[in-house]
Parts: sequence; structure tokens; C-alpha cells
Amino acid sequence: MDDLQQLLLGFQVALTWQNVAFMIVGVLLGIVVGVLPGLGGPNGVAILLPLTFGMDPTSAIILLSSIYWGALFGGAITSVLFNIPGEAWSVATTFDGYPMAVQGRAAEALTAAFTASFIGALAGVLLITFVAPLVAKFALRFGPAEFFGVFFLTFCSFVGMGKENKAKIVASLSIGFLLAAVGLDTISGDLRMTFGQTELMKGFDFLVVVIGLFGVSEILLTIEEGLHFKGKRAAIDLKVVLKTWARLPAYWATLLRSSVVGMWMGVTPGGAIAASFMGYGLAKRFSRRRENFGKGEIEGVLAPETAAHAAGTSALLPMLALGIPGSATAAVLLGGLLIWGLQPGPLLFVEKKEFVWGLIASMYLGNVAGLLIVLATVPVFASIMRIPFALVAPIILIVCAIGAYTVEGSRFDIWLMLVFGFVGYVFKKIEYPLAPLVLALVLGDRAEDAFRQAILGSGGDLSVFFSNGLVSTLMILAVLLLFWGPITDLFGRVRGRRRLDPRLAE
Amino acid sequence: MRRAFWTMAAAAAVISGTAAAAWEPSRPIEIIVPFPPGGSSDQMARTIQAAIQKNNLVKQPIIILNKPAAAGGEAMMEIQKSAGDPHKLITTSSGIYMTPLATKLPVNWRDFTPVAMLAQDDFVLWVNAQKPYRTAKDFIEAAKSASPPLKTGGNGSKREDNLLSVYMEQQAGIKLTYIPYQGGGPASVQLAGGHIEANMNNPAEEVANWRAGSSRPLCVFANKRMSYTAKIAGDMSWADIPPCPEQGLNVTYQMLRGMFMPGKVTAEQQLFYVDLFKKIVETPEWKEYLERNALVPDFRSGPDFVKFLEEDEARHKDLMTKAGFIAN
Amino acid sequence: MSVDALPSAERGLSRRLVEIVVALALMGLAGLVLWDSYGRGAGWEGGPQNGYFPARVGWLLMIAAAFALISAVRARRREIFVTWEQLRQVARVFVPLLLFVLGVAYLGIYISSLLFMALFMLTVGSFRLWTVAAASVLVPLVIFWVFEIQFLVPLPKSPFVATLGF
Repeated sequence: MDDLQQLLLGFQVALTWQNVAFMIVGVLLGIVVGVLPGLGGPNGVAILLPLTFGMDPTSAIILLSSIYWGALFGGAITSVLFNIPGEAWSVATTFDGYPMAVQGRAAEALTAAFTASFIGALAGVLLITFVAPLVAKFALRFGPAEFFGVFFLTFCSFVGMGKENKAKIVASLSIGFLLAAVGLDTISGDLRMTFGQTELMKGFDFLVVVIGLFGVSEILLTIEEGLHFKGKRAAIDLKVVLKTWARLPAYWATLLRSSVVGMWMGVTPGGAIAASFMGYGLAKRFSRRRENFGKGEIEGVLAPETAAHAAGTSALLPMLALGIPGSATAAVLLGGLLIWGLQPGPLLFVEKKEFVWGLIASMYLGNVAGLLIVLATVPVFASIMRIPFALVAPIILIVCAIGAYTVEGSRFDIWLMLVFGFVGYVFKKIEYPLAPLVLALVLGDRAEDAFRQAILGSGGDLSVFFSNGLVSTLMILAVLLLFWGPITDLFGRVRGRRRLDPRLAE
Repeated sequence: MRRAFWTMAAAAAVISGTAAAAWEPSRPIEIIVPFPPGGSSDQMARTIQAAIQKNNLVKQPIIILNKPAAAGGEAMMEIQKSAGDPHKLITTSSGIYMTPLATKLPVNWRDFTPVAMLAQDDFVLWVNAQKPYRTAKDFIEAAKSASPPLKTGGNGSKREDNLLSVYMEQQAGIKLTYIPYQGGGPASVQLAGGHIEANMNNPAEEVANWRAGSSRPLCVFANKRMSYTAKIAGDMSWADIPPCPEQGLNVTYQMLRGMFMPGKVTAEQQLFYVDLFKKIVETPEWKEYLERNALVPDFRSGPDFVKFLEEDEARHKDLMTKAGFIAN
Repeated sequence: MSVDALPSAERGLSRRLVEIVVALALMGLAGLVLWDSYGRGAGWEGGPQNGYFPARVGWLLMIAAAFALISAVRARRREIFVTWEQLRQVARVFVPLLLFVLGVAYLGIYISSLLFMALFMLTVGSFRLWTVAAASVLVPLVIFWVFEIQFLVPLPKSPFVATLGF
């Protein structure tokens, strides 16, 4: 109850006209940086950070966290329209969002993505509002073994036993792992697989690879079939929004599942990226329309977006309560807090109540403002598809190149983007799946680090992965999910035989 | 055109022998941070940015670029490649010699232009507050009889606190298991969660958990106490933490925090930044930053700084050789 | 069975050939990884050494690629990977893109973008000259304004642009 009063007080702080104006500016800026690959939440926050030094800390954090919401929303736009993830966590959104756009359902996909983002974020804020201290304590139970458990679970929920060519799945997964391993190894402090090349020292950045594999290769594939965008004759008006909304309640299970997955991954810093993959993987596994995933299934857009945003929002909790950033943007915000003289950590909730609750209230309002603003832009973005290909394609390619460059400020990365664009083109045509590669790339080295940290701590003893209830549960759940396909097949066959048996007896 | 003018002006200044700061930046100044956003180097860079902009010390904007890849190696390569560019700065810590020594990276700080040393950072031996250790001696005794060895954890393999962990093993005749995490923040949380027995974090990295009562400082790896007497946690201040040598653990280690420019810049350009940092360290923002992070103020520039670097590098080389951290 | 029997528009690069080349390239990659990993130590010394995982994954890749190779060699169906006509279309995008990336190294991103826009619009599209000129000039200017001025993100520049004071 006390918390609710505090929250109401927070709303009073956040609802001054000045703070609402900051919110709108923040969300708009966030959408811009979210749309452009290579510019991200951290850029937006970093650019405004100096301006906020003279501001009241509560207004400052409202402005900066609104950028964060905007960027979360904006990342989905290019994923759906051009198969180019604006942010790393919207990769999984491309799997079904882009096929939808190709079928002329871009507006529907965008609406689904934005609404799902909003629902996920709302779940995350509710979590922060009501159970913050409890959850913060829970996060402390995560040691290296538990982290490995989480990553392992993500892999198993996503990969499983698919129907594609197994050799190609394994090859693709292996390539992802190997790309992730290039560069400095955290555990030994040595360089791996750089072959003496200083350019390889920094490893392969996730975004550079993804821009190439997904974005550039898609343009090459598009041009094969003629010089125009697929699905450019999309119906574009705001009625689509309402029609899409009317269909959403049917997907309550997916939305709920993804929210839970996202909150979980955000608090245990598994991160929004892992959450989006896991949300997609689980939805695919448990959906009745499983076969349709990857071909433009709306559930395949809802699931990763909800999870990513629930995670992105919940990630602010460990930042506030423990002082550890759950994402790069949260890290820059953390720096801001310190410069304003606020010390994140368990005491922040006690010492700076009005600040914390003002921030939490702004999360509710910022997300509502964000949703309204992005929904209003749906027709604008969807109509980009009507511009002639020969004009938009070079702009997309230039923006991709800039995106690849700005990740690390390296010209070499533009070459990498080109190479991966070619690789993506070839792989898509001969059916090497790209998703396992991307998943392994983003989680591979973190999983390896966690594994080796756990083994270091246990002195080489593998039983550390079953040493307590938490980690054992994670590992067993993971194995169950990995063999979910065969298990359900088995059950189905047994049940089927039983059903058949009586008939045979007749 | 403008550049040609300034080059001539700079040449004229050299000829006439006047040391007047004739050079001024003509485009935005980039501060490259060889660590991820939110880390302590990043915070220093952003404080400098705040101090410059609030006090209007430079007309051009300041841009902060994080290049954390390869333990800062990539950032150093970038500075190496930017020889002659007077609009780039890099924040430096001990990594400026440790990363090249540990990875055989072909960079050397002697190819850069030292601008200024701004402060030194202390390291403190922290334990989980629920554990019975009250002094460094308690910890060492426990480590002697522990099997498997006690776990410490921190910033990353072959980095400052890993070096400290090994140094402690050698001085006290104990065995520790060092677990590399990706930075001081995670190491602090892992300590609070009881997944490791101790860490060797900087004051700033551990202060939140100290104040919340989840970690406890045993001693500071320095010959004298820190100078900050404001109460931080309960009735303890930074100055109340005893030096490790007083507790029978003869290990001292500090890390520099400074600024470099690319090589081959003119004396005027270097002088401009030396003057700039002289002004920055006098700003209230900077002083507040020092206090908040319990840094040891230690401003050096010119030959004084170079001499410090040479001695500090020799010490690191010695410590790293003993610890077996040098790449072969 | 023979490729010549197909209508001329359907002629192109055989999918089987591409599959084989990719599988061989992946095996080569795996070999490179194994060589590097075993060189650094891929054993288990109280815990995995830093080459342990890459080496295991390297073997996995080697085996998976070998399987892909075998199934490609044994494949009966003669599919076309890409027809020559399609390849020509792809080249119309890929070659300018290659030139663009090459250009970034020497001319910086702004001048390269200008040239790339113009080249692309002229070869791929059918625009009026003034549209091409306007787009090619506007795009780099907008990029400059967004990145260099608004977000203070420095992009690669040629010495010419750099002398303008940025």
C-alpha cells in the first residue's frame, strides 16, 4: 500500500507539463536512433546526457529513459520493412515480421510489434513497481553455473529438433560459436583465432554480421526477382490498428509466456536479445500454428517483441537496485545517475524515494506516449514500401554501411558487412538456416565464459551444474525442451495407439 | 586553408620559442574510452565532458567513443593509427602497458603523446559482509587452510586485480582461485551473492554494496590510508580502512588514471591539452568526482609524467613476469 | 538430364556445385580453427583451456560440413542455384556496392555515397537526370546533418571534407 502511495506521488512528479514534454522529445529521438542501425539507445542517451547535467535529476532521467523506450519501439520498424534489425534484440522479429511485410501485411506486423512491445514493457514495469526488492535479491543467487543454465536453456528452447537438414543446422550453429570466439578470451586473457590480424582482435560484432546476413543479402535476393519491393501494394490506414488489436486476445498465452520469459531474462542479466530468441523459440514450440512460423505468422512477431521489451524494461531493475547495468543503454544511464550525484544500489530506493518513484511513474507514462506516437507513424513507415526500389535500395545500403561502421568505428566492419551479405545470400539459397548462427554468435561466448567460470570455481568438477535446486531446474528444463519434439511425438503415438486400440477391438 | 594558417602559426611559435598556447581545436574533440559505457574509465571521461561543458573550457563539442574490444587493445591501435591528429584523446589506466604485454599487441605508449596524469585509483580487499573475516589476517588464515582454495573474482584475466590476486598469493604463501568476470560491477554483485569469497575492486566499484551492508572492506592495498573522512557506510569512512601492510599483508598497488594523445602532434597542441586538464582538475565537478570515487589526486604532466610511466611500466613488467602473465 | 535440354532462360550455376564449394569452404574453415586451437592448447587442465571449446566446435563443423558435402555429391536432382540472368541482376547491385565500400576507404563515406547513389539510380532505375542529381546530393547531406551535427558521430571522411572543419 505504501508503495502505491509512493507511485501516485511519482505520477504527480512525472505529470508536470515540462516532464511530459521531455517524455515526448525523448521517445521521438529514441525512435530515430532505434530505426537507424548502428545508432542505438546508447547514442541517443549519450548525446543528451551532457544537456541534462544542469537539470533536475528526475526530469533528466525521464528524458533519458524515454529515449530508451523510443529505441525499443523503433528497432522493430526496419526489421519488419527491410529485414534489417535496427537493434540486436529485434532480430527475431524479422523471422515473421518481414514475411508479413512481403505479403503486404506490413502495417499489421508493425501494429503487432508495437503493441507487443507495449505489453512487454508494461509487464516489466509492473514487476519493478511491486516486487523490486524481492527480485533484486533473487538476482543475487545467480552465479556462473546458473548463468550457464540460463544460456543453455535459451539454446535448447530455440534450436530443439527441427525438421530442417540437421547437418546444415549444426554447421550454422558451429559457425556462430566460432565467430563469437574470435578475439580476446575473457577467461584466459589471450587472443584467439586472430591469426595475427589486428582487425580480427575485436572479434565479430553481432550487429555487423546481422546487417550483412539479413539486410544486405535480402536486397540481393529481392533484385533477383525483379527491381521492386515485394508486397508494395499494402493497405495502409489506421483501421489496420484496430483490426489487429481485435485479434490479439486470442494470443494471450503467447503474450503471457513471453512477458514472463522477458522479465526473467531482464532481471537475471540474460538480456533482451536472449529473451527475444527464447520468446520466439517457445512460441514456436507450443503454438498450434507451429508450421506457419517463419512464413508470416503474427504470433512470431508478438512473441519476441513482448519478451524483448519485458526484458529491456526489467533490466532497469538490477541497474537501480544493484548498480549493475542490464544493457548498454542502462550502462550509460547508470553513468548519468552517478554524475547527478545519485548512487545506484540497494539504498537508492530508501534514500531517493521521490526520484525512484518518479522514474517508475515515467515508465508507465513513457510507454503509453511511446505506443501512441509509434502507432501514429505506422502509415508513414509502411508507405516507404511504395517508393521506387532503385531509390530506396541504395539509401538502405548506405545506412547499413554506416550502421556497420558506427558499431565500433571501424572501416573493416563495412567490408565484413559486405562479406556477410554475400554469405547470407548463398546460405539462404542453399538452405543453411541463419537463425542458429545468429543465436550462437550472440550467446556463444557468454555461455562459454559462464561455463568456464563455473568450472574454475568448482576446481574442474562438473557436478557444479547440479549443485542446487535453481541450476538443476534450469538444466533439466533445458534438456526437456531440447527433446520436446520427439517427446510429444512419442506421447502422441502412445495416445494415438490407445485411441486406435478400442476400434481394433470392435 | 584554416589548417594551413594554424600550421604556419604553430611553426612561427616554435621558431620564436614562445610557449603561448597558439593552437586551438578546430573540430569536435573525441575522447576514446577503451572500456564499455558505465565503467570507471567511462565515468571519468563523462565527468571531464561535464566539467568542460559546464565551465565552457573549450568551444568545440566533446564526443565520447567507447571502444572496449580486446581489453582496450583496439582503442590503442586506433590512437596508434591516428598519429598527428590533435582532436583525439584516450583515457588510460594501467592497461596501457598491461594489454600489450599480455597480448603481444604491437602498440607502445611511447608512440603516443602523454598529456597528463589525473589521479591514482586505490584497490581494496573486500569480503562478503556475512563472512566472519574482520581483518586481512583472518582472510589469509582462512585461505591457508581452505580446500578447495578460496575464490576471488574481478575485472578480467591478466588485468589489475588478477595481478593483485596472484601478488597476494605470492606474498602470503596462499592459494586463491581467481575467476574473471566482465568488469568490477559483476564482481561486486557476485561477491554480494556469496559466489566468491573476496574481490579486489576499486572503491567506486564496491561502494554501493558496502553502503547497503552486503560487503566489507578489510584493507587498502597502499602504504597509507585514503584521505576521505566523510562517513560512507555506518560510521566508517574511506580513511578508516587500514592499509594492508599494517595487517601483515605486504601488498601495495595503485593504478594511474590519465590522458594520452596520438603521436606526432606538435608541442603547441600538446600544451593546449595540458593547460586544459590543469583547468579541469580545478573544477568543482572534478573534485566532486574524486571524492565520490575516493581517488587519490595526483596531477602530473611533462617529464614528471613520463618518469612516472617508465617506473610504473617497469614495475608492472616485473609483477607480470612473476605472475606468468607475459605473452610468449 | 543434361543441362542443355533446359530452355536457355533457365540456364545457370548448378546448385550442386555451390553446395560442394560451400561445404569444402566450411571444412577449410574448420581446419583453420583446429590448427589455431590445438596450437594454443585445447585440453582440459583443471578446466577447459582456451582452445577447448573452439576445437570441439571445429570438429563439429568439420563433421557437419562433411555430411553436407556427401549429400551434395550424391544429390540426384539437378537444380539451378541462380540463373545467369538473375546473376546479372544481382551483379548490378553487388558491383556498385563493392565499389562503394572500396570508395569509403579512399574517399570517405560522403563522396562515396554521392557516387553510389548516382551510379545505382542510373544503372538500376530509370529516373530523370535531375532526380538522380538531387537524390545523390541530398542523401549525403542529410546523413552528414544527422550523424556529424546532430549525433556527433564521426564517419569516415576524405581529406577534402575534413578540411571543411569537421
